[in-house]
Formats: sequence, structure tokens, C-alpha cells
Amino acid sequence: MLEGQVRIPSGCAVSGFINKDRTLTDGSRIIKSIACMHDRSNGLGGGFAAYGIYPEYKDYYALHVFYDNSEVKAECEKFLDKHFDIVNLSKIPVRKTPKITDEPLIWRYFVKPLPTKLASSQLDEKEFTVKCVFKINSYIDGAYVFSCGKNMGAFKAVGYPEDVGEFYRLDEYEGYSWIAHGRYPTNTPGWWGGAHPFCLLDIAVVHNGEISSYDANRREIEMFGYKCNLQTDTEAITYIFDYLVRKIGMSYKEACDVIAAPFWNKIQAMDKADRDYYNYLRRNFDSLLITGPFSLIIGHEGGLIGINDRLKLRSMVVAEKGNTVYMASEECAIRAIESNPDVVYAPKGGQPVIAEVEYGI
Amino acid sequence: MEYRPARFEVLRNMDKCNGCNRCVKECACGVHYRSDSGKLCTRDYACVDCQRCVETCPAGALKIALNRNTFHPNDNWSERYIGEIYKQAATGGVLLSSMGNPNPMPSYFDRILINASQVTNPPIDPLREPMETKITLGRRDREIVRDASGRIAPKLVRGLSADVPILFSAMSYGSISYNAHAALAMAAKELNTYYNTGEGGLHKDFYAYGDNTIVQVASGRFGVHSDYLNAGAAIEIKMGQGAKPGIGGHLPGEKTVGDISATRMIPEGSDAISPAPHHDIYSIEDLRQLVDSLKEATGHAKPIIVKVAAVHNIAVIASGIARSGADIIAIDGYRGGTGAAPTRIRDNVGIPIELALASVDSRLRQEGIRDRVSLIAGGSIRSSADMIKAIALGADAVYIGTAALCALGCHLCRSCQQGKCNWGIATQNPELTKRLDPEEGARRLVNLVSAWTHEAEEIMGGMGINAIEVLRGNRLMLRGIGLTETELRILGISHAGE
Repeated sequence: MLEGQVRIPSGCAVSGFINKDRTLTDGSRIIKSIACMHDRSNGLGGGFAAYGIYPEYKDYYALHVFYDNSEVKAECEKFLDKHFDIVNLSKIPVRKTPKITDEPLIWRYFVKPLPTKLASSQLDEKEFTVKCVFKINSYIDGAYVFSCGKNMGAFKAVGYPEDVGEFYRLDEYEGYSWIAHGRYPTNTPGWWGGAHPFCLLDIAVVHNGEISSYDANRREIEMFGYKCNLQTDTEAITYIFDYLVRKIGMSYKEACDVIAAPFWNKIQAMDKADRDYYNYLRRNFDSLLITGPFSLIIGHEGGLIGINDRLKLRSMVVAEKGNTVYMASEECAIRAIESNPDVVYAPKGGQPVIAEVEYGI
Repeated sequence: MEYRPARFEVLRNMDKCNGCNRCVKECACGVHYRSDSGKLCTRDYACVDCQRCVETCPAGALKIALNRNTFHPNDNWSERYIGEIYKQAATGGVLLSSMGNPNPMPSYFDRILINASQVTNPPIDPLREPMETKITLGRRDREIVRDASGRIAPKLVRGLSADVPILFSAMSYGSISYNAHAALAMAAKELNTYYNTGEGGLHKDFYAYGDNTIVQVASGRFGVHSDYLNAGAAIEIKMGQGAKPGIGGHLPGEKTVGDISATRMIPEGSDAISPAPHHDIYSIEDLRQLVDSLKEATGHAKPIIVKVAAVHNIAVIASGIARSGADIIAIDGYRGGTGAAPTRIRDNVGIPIELALASVDSRLRQEGIRDRVSLIAGGSIRSSADMIKAIALGADAVYIGTAALCALGCHLCRSCQQGKCNWGIATQNPELTKRLDPEEGARRLVNLVSAWTHEAEEIMGGMGINAIEVLRGNRLMLRGIGLTETELRILGISHAGE
């Protein structure tokens, strides 16, 4: 059974950090962090996302694509050509290692929607790009766009995360924000697209947990044009954030207040302004509440968010050092790359940790 | 000759019977009587097996059994059909029945199993962690408005909110007694949920329970006036009822007495006949006008529920209702109860709530309008497990009627239409109605709903779900057993083992 044909729960390790002043760090640091949580994954999926890595193409959507073979690649490129202006395309460079095998064709395209196509679609640029990505992933069998943001990219594979990082030569990329994931699926899909992070535009999500609200969340979000092809929690969570932030116009903090809303009895004890606010969110966005264990790290171009489920059924530790904020499943993953943090703490269940880049620096 | 085969026989253990006459007093059906010679006798043909005499007999001397006398066995021409023919041949009338369809039709609830967490995901212990069963019903408003400082300015959205996903379904004052209504109203208030007036108006004594009352507007418009509409928390337009889709209602003149006639706003002794259609609603655009009229009459403050019977094209009907401005749709399955319905209609018209609910929920999602309405499912919710399954199939909440009456003492003898309810529920005979103590009834209703809620919390905790809103439509938590591909497809669930 392939990913998407069956729902696969998984345990996992997550790690991420952001330099709020946009200082660039190469990928070796995040590899070192996730590697020390080796035992939390089982070699069936690892991945990374990095922000600020394509400054020379920062106004173009960077599409990272897996292909099963060259025929499907030709078909997909025909589609891309019809809808986008492609300013650069290349294989994503990899370093062969015996630990990573059976790789698909992995290509990268820097694109911009064709103005005529965009105008006739009556969509904005982002929605147009999302629609095209959904089309490829749903209808071009054997092609899978796994990253489509600007000035960011995801890199993922079947394998242990440290080997995946090595394979993708992440030490050669420099970003201001990095997230990483080691996967422990309770099944053996053996498909690269199923690894985390899961991305849509500039949102990248890594997740540890198995949400019990999945099908309620999935059926809700699919009403709004999203297609949960992979049947994974992470995919649904990514779409929930895209929907709440990009389509509804919420801040990331407000979106976190939806997915990990406070308990009703806590809300009733709040002062009026907060009570009205949370009542409104729970009343009107109730199908997007996420229950069951999760620790999530969500990357986007403006920052990094860490959040646990309301009961904190999964671990998550946060640390700060100067302008850098670290988040990880375990403290060791932070200590491995920052031995002397200013503060270390475990955020409470449902309380988002929001780190934002400082613009204007 | 009358051809009146007795369905039941009354077994009296003469060794135990002390001749106290209690059974004679308790049975309003006239089964027990003293003969002229003073002997305790029974008229078995009049027995409806309501168990009143059995349970009140101080000596424990009585039992009711299915009549051992046997018609010539015939699986096709069963005793039931033959008996019904005798009845119709004698009277020339339409057969009447009460409560829900008793026939051995398939129950989909009984062929659905619920999931639980193991290893990859922890179950949640409701004794130690919060477990939320609070629901909100009504349209979801997702248009964010911000104040000058950029904060979300929360809007007040019309709707209902209950601490439990269980509401008491419509049963009119008239079809059931004042005391039964009093018990439902008190229980709804204590549970912070709602009861429903049905089409009988709202007795002046119960205006005090307005915040926990859903007032119904049905085709006869009995008891409907401005104060009534504004007295409740919501207004329900009754288009249909699961037990008798396509049929109106009939409260005989004998029951239209005293407060009932005043509450219904019709003369004493006149038949209260609700027509089959609303004569101002012959199509969906007319429904919209009634919805709008009721909103206007209540300052747009009260949510509007539209209640329909589950019929073949229920998904399309629900989609039309969702676009009519209604806030909530109540769907009543074919096993739903009634105070009286033509037997043939009760037993043969409509479809199961499980299939109707699943197809409505799927259809509204396909059309992208599921968030415009909430769904209440009714029509034989027998236990907390049925309730959990209904919610996971797509309901926001459930209506219980029969289960509530059972809590009040109903023994499902299905003879409400006779008006002689020995338990004081479906009768207006003062000698009988006083048998139901409203305080005690309310306590039993509160117990029932609390018990179901506790069970629901345990089941939810097992699934790792600690808020009922994300159980709604969470069909991955269900599996079918012994169902065909078609049934599974309509229910939107996989088979057990998949």
C-alpha cells in the first residue's frame, strides 16, 4: 500500500531554530541537532525545510518535485510550461550515500505564473500556484511537488534524517530558519513524498503525534478546496494553517488559538475580552480544533512557531540564545548545537511559542 | 363474532394474589375486573402489555406473556397481519399505531463499531483530564472583523449552546401530559440543554423555562403567537416527522380540553388537525419566506430549525434547507416515535436515520455548505453508543424522544393513541396523569442524560478525543460490520479490518 491509500500514524522527532535577525546558518547545524534524536525515528523518513536559501530567486516560487520516471517529468514540465514562466530548472544536487537508496528523479524549478494565465484565472498569484500544485499532485500520476514557496525549500527522503541531510548536501545551503524531522511511521510506505516536512507555499510543517481529530479536520478543510491526498496528519495541519492564515486572514497566533483552543472551563474564567475572543473562535472554527497528541513546528517566511496539543501529550522544549530561538522534541537536540542557552523551558499544552523575524534589520 | 384475538395473556399466580384489587385500580384499559360474583377476572384482549399491573402488584402475582394460543402457523400470513385484517374488516378504518416502527428492519447503528487508541496514540482518561461535551448549534460565521487596534472583534452569532449533545425532541402538550412536559422542561434546565414544545403551544406555566425551550411551528400553527415565538431559545419549523412522513397530525376533540385547548388556541372539544403540508409552503422558496418571517418576528435573534423526515432524496432536501436561511436541520429517521400514526405509514415510509444523516452530511460538504447549518439527528437513538455513532457520522447533536419517555416510565406498549396511558405520560385523564411526578420524572431524565454523557466521555477518551466537536463527522472512528459495499459507501465508512 502506498502513502495516500492508507492512513499511516507515526511517532517522530522534530527540531527547528530561527535567527530572528535573519543571520544565515548552514544546514550542518540542524543536521547535528536532529541526529541526536536518532532513536525517535526508524529510518523510514527524514526531512528539512530552510528559509532564505534562494536569495537570487527570492521573487520566484521554488518548486521541488519528485518524479517516478522521465516520461512523467516530461508531462509535468509541459504543464508547468503552460502555466508558469520558468526562469531556472535543474536537478537538485545530491551526494550519493548507501544509506539513501531508490531515489526518484528530484528536480527544482524557479517559476512565476504566466501573466495571461493568471489574469484569466481571476485568482491571486498564490492561489493560482496552489491550484497548479494540487493539479499536478492529484492528476499527474508519478509527479509530486513537495515544496512550492518563495526563497525557501523542503528536502526530504526515506531514511534517517541525518543521512537525508547529507544526501541533499544541506551543508551547502544557508538559511535564517531551519526545521527538521525524523519519522517513525507504524507502517512501511517507502515513499519519499510521505516524509516531513509537509509544505504549501511558504508554510512548512513538521509534526510529532497522531491526531484523533484527523477525519473531522480533513473533511472540514476539504470543503474549502484542499485535497488530502496523503492521508497524513501533517498534510491536514498544513492546509488548516494555510486556510486560517491566507484565506481567513488570521495571524499565526490566532490560528494556534483555533487548533489548540483552551478548554471551555478555562474560557469561562477569563476576563470578558478574552472570553468573547475564544468563544468566538471555538464557536465558529470548531471543526478545526485538533485533538490527540501533537508537537508541531511550523515554519513560514516570517517566523517559526512551536505548539503542543492541549494536554501536552507530546514533548516539546524551547530555548533562546541571543537572537536565536530553538524548539525540539527533546532538550538534547538543542544542547547539541547550543550548549549554553539563555533560557530553556517546556511550553504548556496549547500555548504557542511564536518567534518572528525582525524586519528592517 | 368480533374476531378479537388477544395478543397477550395475563397470568395471575393465585398462590400469591391476595385479592387487594390494586390491578383493577391501576389498569385504565379495563383488563382486570371483579365479576358480579366477586371473582378477579381479566379481559386479555384489552391488554396492551404496559406492565403497569405487574410492577404495581404488591404481591408480585402478575405476569404478562405473549398469548400461547397460536393461530395456524404461517410465516407469510402471520398472526399480526390476520389480526389487522380482522380489525379493519370490523371497523373499515385506517390502522393506527404509536411509537416507532417495531419491525425487524436492519439497524445500522448495530452494525457499526467504534475505534479506540492503542500504542501510537494515548487514550485520555475522563476521570483525570477535561472531556468536553459542550456543543454549539447554528451557522458558523468565518468572516473576521477587526477593531481599530487590529484585534479580532468577536461577533455574536445566532445559535444554541448546550452542555450535552442531547436535546429532547418535540412532543406536544396534548400528546403527552402536563406533568411529562413539566419534567422535560425542568430536566432541560438542569442539564443546560433544550426540550421542544411540539405542535401544542407553550403552556403559560412553562414560559419560565424559555431559555431551555424550542418552540415549534407546525402545519396547524396551533398555539403560535408573537409571545410564543419570542419565549423560546429557538424556533423549529416542523415539515415532517420520521414516524409519519407526508402526514399531518390529529389530536382528537376529546383530548382538546381545558388548558390544552387554551394553549393550542382552539375551542374545547374541537379536533386539532394539522394538515399534511404547510399550506404556505409548497416548495423550497416558500420555506425561505417562512424562515425569514420567523426571523423578522423575533428580531433575528433566534436560530431557526427546520425538522424533516428522512425520505429518499433527503440529501437534496437538506441542501435546499441549508440555503433557505435555516440555522439548524433536524432529521428524523423512520424509526422515530409518534403519539399516533397510520400503521402502514409508520412501518413503510421513510429511511433509516444512519443512512439519511450520512448522505446529508456528505452532500452538504460536497457543496461546501456544511458550516452553514448544524444537524440534529433523531429517530431511535437508543443509547450513548448510538449517539456517538450518529455524531461521528456527521450529526452535531441528537434528539431523544422515546428514550426520554422511557426514563419517565414508558414501557413502549405502543398504545398512546388510546389516551389511556397507565404511566400518566400519553394521556390527559387526571386520574392517570397524577401518576407521573414531575420532580421525580425530571430527576430520572437528568440521570439518563448524565449517564449517557459519562458513557460518551469514556468512549471519546478511548478514541483520544477530548472535545465532541471533532468527533462530529470523524468517520475514520467508525467501521462497518457485515455491511455491503453500497451501505459502506453511503455511510462513508470502511469495513472492520480495513
